[in-house]
Amino acid sequence: MAADNPTIYASMLAKGYTRRDFLRFCSYAATLAGVEASGLATVVKAFETKPRPPVIWLHFQECTCCSESFIRSSHPIVADILFDYLSLDYTETLQAAAGHQAEKCRLDTMKNYSGKYILLVEGSVPMKDDGVYCMIGGESAESILRESAEGAAAVIAWGSCASNGCVQSAKPNPTNATPIHKIIHKPVINVPGCPPIGDVMTAVVTHILVYGNMPELDSQGRPREFYGRRVHDTCYRRPYYDAGLFVESWDDENARKGYCLYKMGCRGPVTYNACSVTRWNEATSYPIQSGHGCIGCSENGFWDNGPFYQHLANFPGFGIETTADTIGTVVGIGAAAGVAAHAIATNIRKKKLIEEHKEESVTEKGGES
Amino acid sequence: MAKSKAVPYLRVYVWEFPVRLYHWVNAACIVLLIITGYIIGSPTTIRYADEAYQQYWFGTVRFIHFVTAFIFFFNFLVRIYWGFAGNRYARWKNFIPLSRKQWREILEVLRVDILQIRSGEHISLGHNALAGFIYFLTFLVFLFQAATGFALYSSMSSSWLPGLFTWVIPLMGGDFAVRQWHHLAMWFFVVFSIIHVYLVFYHDYVEGRGTTSSMVGGWKFEKEDILKKK
Ligand code: HEM
Ligand code: HEM
Ligand code: SF4
Ligand code: SF4
Repeated sequence: MAADNPTIYASMLAKGYTRRDFLRFCSYAATLAGVEASGLATVVKAFETKPRPPVIWLHFQECTCCSESFIRSSHPIVADILFDYLSLDYTETLQAAAGHQAEKCRLDTMKNYSGKYILLVEGSVPMKDDGVYCMIGGESAESILRESAEGAAAVIAWGSCASNGCVQSAKPNPTNATPIHKIIHKPVINVPGCPPIGDVMTAVVTHILVYGNMPELDSQGRPREFYGRRVHDTCYRRPYYDAGLFVESWDDENARKGYCLYKMGCRGPVTYNACSVTRWNEATSYPIQSGHGCIGCSENGFWDNGPFYQHLANFPGFGIETTADTIGTVVGIGAAAGVAAHAIATNIRKKKLIEEHKEESVTEKGGES
Repeated sequence: MAKSKAVPYLRVYVWEFPVRLYHWVNAACIVLLIITGYIIGSPTTIRYADEAYQQYWFGTVRFIHFVTAFIFFFNFLVRIYWGFAGNRYARWKNFIPLSRKQWREILEVLRVDILQIRSGEHISLGHNALAGFIYFLTFLVFLFQAATGFALYSSMSSSWLPGLFTWVIPLMGGDFAVRQWHHLAMWFFVVFSIIHVYLVFYHDYVEGRGTTSSMVGGWKFEKEDILKKK
């Protein structure tokens, strides 16, 4: 086995950063990982003593928006350092190596750092037709994934593609795109979103670096820290929701006033993500702040729950613009009409139906009716 | 005029107080849950102020939905208990057609309801076998609605009861799907209520045994000789 990597601190010094830079990086990282001020020493210690883990970043069926988001985290020093010093041994988009050389990097890392490297996966895996829809260096995505996951210390699924299939798995899912936690038999940290928030991504990686373990996950494998609450719970338009003040159309007075977008199909109430807390692009804004409802991009199957501008999804099999309410109303009216028709039929047949009652009845004096 | 063949009827105490109480609490809850649920799904515009801090009606509608939901749920648990503790008409056996007699009765009720003819097969004094079975299916939908409702509620609550239902969310594939199913099931309750109330009146009419008022006072009426035969 090859020698361990140097520590993050050592490699920063080697690159000419000062101790001050290092401490700044530590405090950013601590903030991201949600460590309180008094815990800063733990972070510093971790980065001073723990060897930096090698990282393999795989790309399958995806659009690279997760990578794009990652390099736009608000504290560039963190992303920079993670990229520079994490020793990103393999990532198709950013690595210098190509062809066989590149694949060799991956295989070497897997061999030399077995049980130590972090595996980051972006994209879903096509399972149909032996995976021919995504082949890299002649190998199918599935086999690359299985092989790379084998010796990984931790596996992170970046984005909705790797966590729940995203657009590739939308009906009819032609390639049988499959999220990675359904393929490998290891705990996977799901970081869904299309893309996930850059700061959330850095924070998850930082957590692993600092603590050397998985962050606390929810029932869908997502870090509770960032996916524990709905966009709706911390949305600044929430008071309008409770007040029942809604935008009714995109260009009305209410939209100008910034009322709640619930009736415009906002998915905030059913979407777990940190957008309304961290916001995007250096905390500039997030969709709702910019006047557009949440489309639920971090939720399982969000492409199939459309249209995005409607509260209820279309009812499958009944063509466009048919919701559960349309069907319900039709069935409800049908029931009412059926009941009315039945009442009329009863009245027509009443002689037969209640003949017996008539015969059995008596008048008050006890005489015949 | 037909000749009178007057027969003596006896008064039978069919629905004990817990069943009647359950029934009306349940009916009231369901009506309220349908109304508030529908409003939650498609809120109308009610504006009596411009600023959020001056009004709160939507929050109130949701609050009523949730409070009613808890009452609905515990009321239902009481009914399940009474299915084991109550009288013969309230027992769980009435709800599941396991005997041949219950199946014969189901056919008879279908004849009465659809073809509007009677063959003479006796229809039980408590729930008829078909009604009982439909109530059983309805109880399953109660459970479904409670499970999906509490699962949705678990994201807004830290109490233990909703917490018991969080497993529903990954099972259905996310909150959106859960809400969609919860919403769809509302229409079951609408349709059930229409048909149920009508059939109560209809059976009261064709059976002449006091069905409608039985849920109020608890009494139904049966021919003396039929009761004696048993
Ligand atoms: C007869 C029973 C019930 C009916 C007919 C009913 C109906 C509805 C409907 C139509 C909605 C709107 C869904 C949408 O947004 O499209 C809703 C929402 C909801 N219901 Fe129910 N419901 C029932 C029982 C329950 C129960 C037992 C609970 C348990 C707590 C519950 C909790 C909820 C919650 C949490 C919501 C979501 C509210 C929100 O979006 O903030 N419901 N219900
Ligand atoms: C939305 C309103 C209503 C709902 C959801 C509802 C629901 C139910 C349920 C679940 C049962 C089964 C009771 C049991 O546990 O044994 C039942 C039975 C019954 N209900 Fe209702 N009910 C409603 C309205 C009414 C009304 C308006 C009447 C008429 C006065 C009525 C009369 C009865 C009677 C007589 C029975 C027992 C008779 C039978 O076996 O068919 N209900 N109802
Ligand atoms: S805009 Fe969306 S997320 Fe914000 S309060 Fe309204 S429904 Fe909730
Ligand atoms: S607001 Fe909703 S759709 Fe927009 S990025 Fe956040 S989770 Fe995705």
